[in-house]
Amino acid sequence: MKYLAKDDSKCIQCGLCEEICSSTYFKTKDKAKSCILIANDGKPEINVCNQCGKCIDICPVEAIKRDKLGVVRINKKDCVGCFMCVGFCPENAMRQHDDYIEAFKCIACGLCAKKCPSGAIFIAEKDDSEAKERVCAD
Amino acid sequence: MDINTLKEGRKLLTEYKYELGKLDKGYTDRSLYINISENKIDSKPVTQMMKDKFVGGKGFGLWYLWNGTTPTTKWNDPENEIIICGGPVCGITQYPGSGKSLVCSISPMTNIPIDSNVGGYFGPLLKFAGWDALELQGKAEKDIIIYIDGNKGVITIEEAPLEAIDSHVLAEQLTEMYADNEADKRNVSVVTAGTGAEHAKMGLLNFSLYDTRRKVTRFKQAGRGGIGRVFRDKKVKAIVVKFSGVKGNLNNPVDQAIINKAGIKMHKEMHNLDDKQNRMRKVGTGYSVEIMSAYDLLPVMNYQYGGHEDAKKIGPDILINNYLTQGLEDGCWYGCSMACAKTADNFELQTGPYKGQRVTVDGPEYETTAGVGSNCGIFDPRAILEINFYCDTYGIDTISFGTSTAFVMECYTRGIINKEITGGLDLKFGNFEASVELLHQMSRGEGFGVVVGQGIHQMKKIFSEEYGADPDFLFDIGMEQKGLEYSEYGSKESLAQQGGFGLTNKGPQHDEAWLIFMDMVNNQIPTFEDKAEALYYFPMFRTWFGLYGLCKLPWNDIVPEGNKYTSEPAKIPEHVQNYLDVVYGVTGKRLNTTDMVRESERVYNFQRIFNIRLGKGLRANDRVPYRSMGPVTKEEYESRQERYDGQLKEILGYDTEGKSTEEKMAVLRKHRENQYEKLIDAVYARRGWNSNGVPTLERLKDLGMDLPILVDVVKDLQ
Repeated sequence: MKYLAKDDSKCIQCGLCEEICSSTYFKTKDKAKSCILIANDGKPEINVCNQCGKCIDICPVEAIKRDKLGVVRINKKDCVGCFMCVGFCPENAMRQHDDYIEAFKCIACGLCAKKCPSGAIFIAEKDDSEAKERVCAD
Repeated sequence: MDINTLKEGRKLLTEYKYELGKLDKGYTDRSLYINISENKIDSKPVTQMMKDKFVGGKGFGLWYLWNGTTPTTKWNDPENEIIICGGPVCGITQYPGSGKSLVCSISPMTNIPIDSNVGGYFGPLLKFAGWDALELQGKAEKDIIIYIDGNKGVITIEEAPLEAIDSHVLAEQLTEMYADNEADKRNVSVVTAGTGAEHAKMGLLNFSLYDTRRKVTRFKQAGRGGIGRVFRDKKVKAIVVKFSGVKGNLNNPVDQAIINKAGIKMHKEMHNLDDKQNRMRKVGTGYSVEIMSAYDLLPVMNYQYGGHEDAKKIGPDILINNYLTQGLEDGCWYGCSMACAKTADNFELQTGPYKGQRVTVDGPEYETTAGVGSNCGIFDPRAILEINFYCDTYGIDTISFGTSTAFVMECYTRGIINKEITGGLDLKFGNFEASVELLHQMSRGEGFGVVVGQGIHQMKKIFSEEYGADPDFLFDIGMEQKGLEYSEYGSKESLAQQGGFGLTNKGPQHDEAWLIFMDMVNNQIPTFEDKAEALYYFPMFRTWFGLYGLCKLPWNDIVPEGNKYTSEPAKIPEHVQNYLDVVYGVTGKRLNTTDMVRESERVYNFQRIFNIRLGKGLRANDRVPYRSMGPVTKEEYESRQERYDGQLKEILGYDTEGKSTEEKMAVLRKHRENQYEKLIDAVYARRGWNSNGVPTLERLKDLGMDLPILVDVVKDLQ
């Protein structure tokens, strides 16, 4: 499945990925509205969804689904804004901002990877059999 | 029967159109009044006075009930009402346990007001449909269904002769009928009772939610006090609400951010700690069966004993491994990460009209497992699930059924009643077949089941007047007070919990105060003053959940890390602050912990005076059966002889050497009854009531509840 892969050691904390993400999806340069987050205290740490799909099972209205490329996406129309997916994300990579009543997340669009000057983030494919099994468990 | 045939049988009695309106700070500012004697539907304003003094939920329910009835109204009079109201927080989706409805009526069991707190989607959807409360009055001539379309603004009352009555069939029919398609089913919620509720006073209401993963309609129950009996007596088959378009901000809150923050913090807490604490997400309230047995608190064989070696057979691990299907998301409203509403799927029924069918069973909750299981000497999980299913679909309260069946089993075992009286049923402890047959009889309206369905209060009268039983002994072993059956905890060794049951408004139900661990296990409230403070604070605090449309479980069935290091761990201060934040977020009211308790106290005292208005609510009505206090029989005493002998020596300085069990029992009884009276004195004083249990005029004035209608009731009792 498609996901945004990362290599923390290559990150130079320039913040371009956050800028492009929030600009694309929320028309503003605000890292609080970015799906990817770079720790800027101490050594670089990239926090972003790995498309594990745990949130699919948590959602009470089945508004979160995996698309045909394996990317986990939120259907905003169905989302009831409970934010359980935020609380239960094992990666702490499901995002929430008080300006919006739905959660948001990385959909591996790759725009940030194109901007990244150091190659710390890149679109990759990984085996999704384990993740698919989890999603079918219910 | 297919949906079109059902529809063809319908006859429209009335239709009412309304403006959809918009919520503001948690309120729609109007409530829906439906009179089914006159087929009249109307909108009533929710006033500022109502919000200030009664908040919402059971506060509104009791207020409407008082105004709609008189001091002589009986449960089956047309003017008796059923009020369903969520409260201002009800319907938010971020904080766990925020979808509760409170249902109020004059109870067939107690003949005083009952309030029951229930999940399911009805309360939130009713509010989003434009109504803070639904007030139902009158009595229909023929079976009817009321439908509220919250998107179109249309309400209809229709005669509905062909629909089923049992809940699991009826809710499926109506969900199918009113949903546009599969995806729309979660936007429909149905309130139903069942055939049992047509004959048994312990009838309940089921509130549905559509489970999109299992693709079945599931239920939560407004169980206590027989509201289902009132519902069927009014000839209501169902009330249906439909609203599509639920979002997380429909309450139009003052500060969404503070609600989000509290909610996400709780979701993380649930994610990180539930597995290490109560495992509510895995097994629900049934987690505590073995714990209660270990602490001598699990009711066994009509509360004679407090534990059993077979408790493990009905414990959480057996249920998880063999019966419960783990859907992960088992909440009864969106956003409840505690998700305790467990379910067994594909459960094959062994008895009754649905024998051989594979059904979905909600639960079993702890109260059900203990009530219809251990308390009746039944330690078979399949038996418990089967009784649970039939109770739900017939519309019967598992707690009243369990406690009443335990009572008749003890009466049968002691020869007070026999097979001639039971119609051939061999009602010995442990007999599942006899127990479930009582239920089927309640559904059919025949046999001894109908007698059991009237509850212990009525049975005591029948057994003594018609069968010559000793009324004093029946009083001792009949676990009811004010007409309501006890819920499922042994309270013999906790004086505070004896008060927790005995000094409630609606009857002995644990939702006001559960103090056993604080009192008996941890010894945190040793003096009468300590116990009185606990029996002031906790009933008021817990009443508060019912004013706002909240569930109690996320308050203390999980605790934050470090809670034990706080100044008052039993109160869970961090969670209390969450609630204050959420209420501010929704309503804009900044409350502190004192304000919170005062809000409850207003409604609590109102309910107490409502009881007095209807002839109960005085000290005499707070008397409890001795089985809740101590050993009634020789066997009970001797089963815990070491403990009781020790107490007689240590506390009373009584020399037990050479004394018969009967002599020791008499001394112990005198002591314990005396303790309970002293407890009553202390609690009444702390609550601002006189020694007869009547709220004083000073207290009412202090609370701003010196309303003329209340003063009129209590002024001559000061």
